[in-house]
Amino acid sequence: MAQTTEDFSKFFAPGRVHRQIYTDPAIFELEMERLFGSAWIYVGHESQVKNPGDYFATQIGRKPVVMVRDMSGALHVVHNQCAHRGAMVVATERGNAPEFTCCYHGWTYHLDGKLKAVPLNHGYPTDFDPSNPKTSMRAVSRVKSYRGFVFASLATDGPDLEESLGHMTTSLDDLLDRAPDGEIEVAGGTFKHAYDANWKIYFENLCDAAHPLFTHRSSIEASQQQSDNAHSDGTGEIAIRQMRQNGAPYSFWETQVGIWTYPNGHSYLGDYHDDSKLVAALKDPVFRDYIAALEKKKGKAETKRILEVRRWNSNIYPNVSLMSQFQQLRVVHPVAVNRTVVQTYNFRLKGAPEQMFRNTIAFANIVNGTGSLVLTDDLEIYNRIELGLSSEGTEWLQVGRGYQSDLPDAHGGRRGVNSTSEVYIRNMLDAWLSYMNQTPGRHEARAAS
Amino acid sequence: MAKRQKPKTRIATTRRRVAAPRSRLPSKSVDTLDLARCEQFLLHEARLLDEAKFDDWLALFTDDAWYWVPSEPNQGNPHDTVSLMYDDRRLLETRVRRLASPRMYSQEPRSRTSRMVGNVSIEDSEGRSVTVRSKFLMIEYRREVQRLFAGTAFHRLVQLGGAVRIAWKRVDLVNCDAPMDGLTQPF
Repeated sequence: MAQTTEDFSKFFAPGRVHRQIYTDPAIFELEMERLFGSAWIYVGHESQVKNPGDYFATQIGRKPVVMVRDMSGALHVVHNQCAHRGAMVVATERGNAPEFTCCYHGWTYHLDGKLKAVPLNHGYPTDFDPSNPKTSMRAVSRVKSYRGFVFASLATDGPDLEESLGHMTTSLDDLLDRAPDGEIEVAGGTFKHAYDANWKIYFENLCDAAHPLFTHRSSIEASQQQSDNAHSDGTGEIAIRQMRQNGAPYSFWETQVGIWTYPNGHSYLGDYHDDSKLVAALKDPVFRDYIAALEKKKGKAETKRILEVRRWNSNIYPNVSLMSQFQQLRVVHPVAVNRTVVQTYNFRLKGAPEQMFRNTIAFANIVNGTGSLVLTDDLEIYNRIELGLSSEGTEWLQVGRGYQSDLPDAHGGRRGVNSTSEVYIRNMLDAWLSYMNQTPGRHEARAAS
Repeated sequence: MAKRQKPKTRIATTRRRVAAPRSRLPSKSVDTLDLARCEQFLLHEARLLDEAKFDDWLALFTDDAWYWVPSEPNQGNPHDTVSLMYDDRRLLETRVRRLASPRMYSQEPRSRTSRMVGNVSIEDSEGRSVTVRSKFLMIEYRREVQRLFAGTAFHRLVQLGGAVRIAWKRVDLVNCDAPMDGLTQPF
């Protein structure tokens, strides 16, 4: 079992990581404290709480919190816990309320978490002071919105959000820039897919360009054999094009895609779509209308610049991944050392053709859907990793693809010599180690690299 | 793109061999889709799915059919909100073809399912086509885990050349918005 004072670098060797960091419940507990308890954690998007009184209940690590807009329009993230006996106050995932009331003894809170009223308050000890912050639904230490993307940190101090995001702000910018009216909103429901393995396993698959051709072969083959004459309302066409794209040959994955990583564990994979009619493709008629709308609002030069940003998954360590080009965002919720839930969201680009959002939904179904022909095989891989990691046959796992060939990046990161490099896993493990060892020079420590 | 070997269907064939005798399809000469005939059809469909005869299940659908498992209670349509499954005919064919693949790793080992269908009622009838509402329970067993699904199914049944076909099917799971492990079995 891990000890609180131990040096976590013992779990790393060049190009290797020890299996214990994925399986040890004590390490998981320390991750909740040191990593999810201090890093900037993505909470939600401001469009989820548009109006005064709107709230969205979620978690930071395992802690229930509420993101809420108060009556003056200010945004807050408060612990979803009554200051009296500790009960969870907000029991529905989203809604609108003028105040929060605990269902146990009726303690009532303002939307910023401050205590408003307590029934029978003459019965508490003489030093009971409703204005004492200790009687509030405690505000999360630091909350900051980057252009509508709300992050929170449970630590009272540490690097500023933008400093922590570094170059990854460009992926958040890209999602927003793609809206002709300059505004985006969460819409179209969510998926909540779950698996029986560690949360890190999910992140470690998101930029893995070496797995689709093998893991997804059943959906690649089934889609390659599919007749295009069968009836489609557009949904199947989008799904099948995406599945076929996963079947691009290894040579394509190696040379055409690209992988970039940045301090604090962040990374993104380049785009791998060369199908001219895919959702975000220049020859798609809906996309042509979209480009016209974008050019009208932003001009030709800016439109050209926006469309040339072509990224697949952008991962902001440790809990959010987005596909700016396809208006998708996934939030990773660690539940236990061997249980994870991933919640996925879609964004509507204001000013874009309505059909484009419908294409986004069809794309979400195949890429993030709980019943997707693709994602189900990814979830199987995560489960099998967990089953396999119980063996001591291989104590040290390899994360060494591309090791010793990483290249510096112009924005202070490092990139893989080609897209199938595991540099992004090593980069996340570096960040993991500095959080777990809580060294002051956060960008200095190097784990598996 | 390199041409790939056609997936072998060995597993599906083996399962077919151990299957119990075929249930009988409703008589082709009956014109109206009455309750008894609809019920018989739903039981036949459930049996095909339990016996993993997915090709035969696919053959029950019309050429422009859709199959839908919403992600939200009372979901209005499958186009503006994500769905646990939403297949037009083309995607449904691909889904069924994948289910026969020995390289479908999320089905290694295969699931076994057992379904109960009941509370069947006709919601809307236009003589040769009807909307049928039913309740179902489905147990899925795979790799030492048994999962229970329950919900309401709506079938739009039509008669084509004397045979009953599904024009669309909507399945509302009671836990449609819960965190869920991957779904591979059609409901």
